[in-house]
Amino acid sequence: MATKAFQKIYTQLEAITKATVALRAQGISNDELAVVDGRLAQVVKTKGDLVTLQVFSGTEGIPTNAEVTFLGVPPTLKVSDELAGRFFDAYGKPLDGGPEVEGTEVQIGGPSVNPYKRRQPSQIIPTGIAGIDLNNTLVSGQKIPFFADPDQPYNNVMAQVALRADVDKIILGGMGLTNDDYLYFKHEFEAAGALDKIISFVNTTEQPPVERLLIPDMALTAAEYFAVEKNEKVLVLLTDMTLYADALSIVSNRMDQIPSKDSMPGSLYSDLAKIYEKAVQLPAGGSITIIAVTTLNDGDITHAIPDNTGYITEGQLFLRADPDSGKVIIDPFRSLSRLKQLVQGKQTRKDHSQVMNASVRLYADAQNAKTKLENGFDLSDYDLRCLDYAKAYATRILAIDVNIKIDEMLDTAWELFGTYFTKAETGIKQEFIDQYWKGN
Amino acid sequence: MKTTGKVTGIVSNLVTVEVNGPVSQNELCYITVGDTKLMAEVIKVNGKSAAVQVFESTRGLKNGNDVEFEDKMLEATLGPGLLSSSYDGLQNDLTTMTGVFLKRGEYTNPLNHEKLWDYTPIAKPGDKVVAADWLGEVKEGWLPHKIMVPFSFKGEYTVKSVVEAGQYNIEKVVAVLTDASGEDVEVKMYQKWPVKVAIKGYKEKPRPSRIMETGVRVIDTLNPIAEGGTGFIPGPFGCGKTVLQHAIAKQGDAEVIVMAACGERANEVVEIFTEFPELIDPHTGRHLMERTTIICNTSNMPVAAREASVYTAMTICEYYRAMGLKVLLLADSTSRWAQALREMSNRMEELPGADAFPVDLSAIISAFYARAGMVVLNNGQTGSVTFIGTVSPAGGNLKEPVTESTKKAARCFYALEQNRADQKRYPAVNPIDSYSKYLEYPEIREHLSEKVRPGWVEMVEKAKNIIRKGKDANDQINILGDDGVPMSYHELFWKSELVDFVILQQDAFDAIDALCPLERQSYMLELVLGICDKEFTFEDYEQCRNFFKETINLLRQMNYSEFHSEKFENYKEKLNTLLSNGN
Repeated sequence: MATKAFQKIYTQLEAITKATVALRAQGISNDELAVVDGRLAQVVKTKGDLVTLQVFSGTEGIPTNAEVTFLGVPPTLKVSDELAGRFFDAYGKPLDGGPEVEGTEVQIGGPSVNPYKRRQPSQIIPTGIAGIDLNNTLVSGQKIPFFADPDQPYNNVMAQVALRADVDKIILGGMGLTNDDYLYFKHEFEAAGALDKIISFVNTTEQPPVERLLIPDMALTAAEYFAVEKNEKVLVLLTDMTLYADALSIVSNRMDQIPSKDSMPGSLYSDLAKIYEKAVQLPAGGSITIIAVTTLNDGDITHAIPDNTGYITEGQLFLRADPDSGKVIIDPFRSLSRLKQLVQGKQTRKDHSQVMNASVRLYADAQNAKTKLENGFDLSDYDLRCLDYAKAYATRILAIDVNIKIDEMLDTAWELFGTYFTKAETGIKQEFIDQYWKGN
Repeated sequence: MKTTGKVTGIVSNLVTVEVNGPVSQNELCYITVGDTKLMAEVIKVNGKSAAVQVFESTRGLKNGNDVEFEDKMLEATLGPGLLSSSYDGLQNDLTTMTGVFLKRGEYTNPLNHEKLWDYTPIAKPGDKVVAADWLGEVKEGWLPHKIMVPFSFKGEYTVKSVVEAGQYNIEKVVAVLTDASGEDVEVKMYQKWPVKVAIKGYKEKPRPSRIMETGVRVIDTLNPIAEGGTGFIPGPFGCGKTVLQHAIAKQGDAEVIVMAACGERANEVVEIFTEFPELIDPHTGRHLMERTTIICNTSNMPVAAREASVYTAMTICEYYRAMGLKVLLLADSTSRWAQALREMSNRMEELPGADAFPVDLSAIISAFYARAGMVVLNNGQTGSVTFIGTVSPAGGNLKEPVTESTKKAARCFYALEQNRADQKRYPAVNPIDSYSKYLEYPEIREHLSEKVRPGWVEMVEKAKNIIRKGKDANDQINILGDDGVPMSYHELFWKSELVDFVILQQDAFDAIDALCPLERQSYMLELVLGICDKEFTFEDYEQCRNFFKETINLLRQMNYSEFHSEKFENYKEKLNTLLSNGN
């Protein structure tokens, strides 16, 4: 960040916390950037002439006589087609040794789309994973996170989904990514020969946490360029949003704000919504779809971060290990795609939604049978059939290593119904039973 | 002269302003940033310093920026053309804005000032009138839209002159009134009203005495909401709050529906924008959009405007109520509104109440719910605002401030339950915890026996009892095992499953099942209770289970078939055969 000529340099800090510094200065505008002791910072509060700055890389070693200059603009990103295939840090600086990107400089975190100008999402994004396509169908323009414990292979599943999805650009926003995972993504993208449609903004665990706050806005500003200007279908991957929220709480804590639930800032909902609501189907055909990761603490979705996320996103994909089948599955009870009915039975077969509901309901019956079994009760014939069904269902439909077409998924489900149940037990509409029933 | 001021401090959208004259609480002001002006509202005054919440992003705002105060509160513009409109929380018309992105500082007119309306006078010169009395009528599509004496007029007026019937735009002076001191005032076709103040202008507010049909069985049959009543739907995410609200919006038996999308997902509003102009109102055969106004302040739109949005919506409802209409307000979600209050309270560094919400949260919520209700107008006609809000409790835990405060204010409680949603038992309204206080009103009970059938409430209570007993039986079965309990427990459990699957569950995405008129609800409940009344003798619980599964399946197929159609009667026939053969 070069300083301009004749720029006023301040050298007297009034206060320093771990994430912020405060000084007296005039003519400062809200949200503008500054450089404190060579580090990038942003105005978060002014009170009279006392200005509080959030220092992205942390304040370690900053002296009270540090040089401070104000840049007069909020954070920006230069956007152009040159972004494609590149890796950047949280400030939009190349990480891959390549040249700086030339293009139009736009402010990140820009305005929202007028809701009236949006279009209803209507295009399915098939992933081949039946736990997603059959039970929780994704739609372009949707925003949906994976909810997963840290030990689940969420980054792998996300990379798989991204590479199978039929989109023009994939934009990765990595927050607190371990170096290993960063290299994994890089390798997967390279191996798929898809690098030219991928853009990455990465903050690794080795870098300061507050820097992460810039990542989603950087990634989404790039996404808006391609979706709005180029009418492209853009898929944005954000991992891990829990670490993003943690960074928010660090800053609000240093600013002495009263925390709400789970020591998160009271504005967490709005902060997260600003990011996720960038997902959109635009009238001119472009779209932004967001798939994120929210890591959980021991499956606890009542924590403020997954809880607020769930209220904002259009569903969630819940990963868990299934002891019966020995596989990682997309949990059918706790997962949900809110937009699925926009494509199910419209872009997929008519029996889709009934098959989905019946198969999940029967899987729920299997859970009841399992409880009975654990409590040492005798199982009925129906219970036993449910248990057999559950195992087959988990292996052939729910497991994340399934990769088949949607019609095959439906046929598999009908096959399972026919094998383990009677027609009445499925409770499916008669017309579909007549058409698709396999077995007696 | 207007009061002006200068910005002296900024934290996010809370701005402090040094003022040079009088300001009032909730007064509007405009802050100049470059060539745009940002609207803001005074929320606290301390000496010469006023704290204002800005309804837009404050990026680029500087200390020293000019502020101009408007000497009025945030107002809604009320007149013909509100119906079918789509507004943001401040009543800017979203459809006339330019560009795909919202532009900061772009404010659009809520009403079209050029459009001509067919106007017919009601009042005659010499008539004595007070605020909210009807002066004339405009055909707003199908709706007889009354032009009223502005609500802000105090005391009695004499009509001096009225225009003759004809086509006018809303700027036309349609009447001249003379006040007690002999001064003449002109009345146009529109008026303005501060949204945070309730519109009065009615004679009395009696207890609600009729129910409002929604076509949703768990509501109409189990816990009906009254016309002019209040209800709320709390539930964790993914339990179907929004689907349920949309179902009510599509089928609710109201003349005007205002939907306030308050801090929720934009795509949900897009769904309304897309579907409502196409869908048909089952009560009138007209397009749904013709009776709907949308107030849309989605979660990524400015937080302060989110708080305003519910008030804007309520004001529009009260305006139509004053025309003697049946109005339904749906707000999704009131928790987002409460969170907006929390964010501001937090930035003002107020001492927080529970979960960091402001301490007066409960009072704010109940004052808002109190604006709903049935009223008797000055001319003896009635109008009503029925209000159903959703609540999004943090972590799905109903022991949190917004749910608790709302429970004190609302008369109907529709608790959505995670467990039922997990089992795809939609709508996931818990039949035991939910309640409607209106079922206790003698006038409502009487109304129901006339409207539905004699003894209806007793039937409903019986159904609830079956569910309760079934739950107890199921608990026992789970503790003691299938073989450890008498057969009667299995029977009790399966009878409750029958009520659950056939009456409680309803497929909001099935064209036929989605809308269930009261007549049909009554028919099905009678049928189900008839089966529950039977004593069966099953040999074992497998037989019991199979019998009920078969019964449930047939009744569900009936739910999916056109009422009294051949298909419907066929399933009924099969059901009768099953019932007479089985045991």
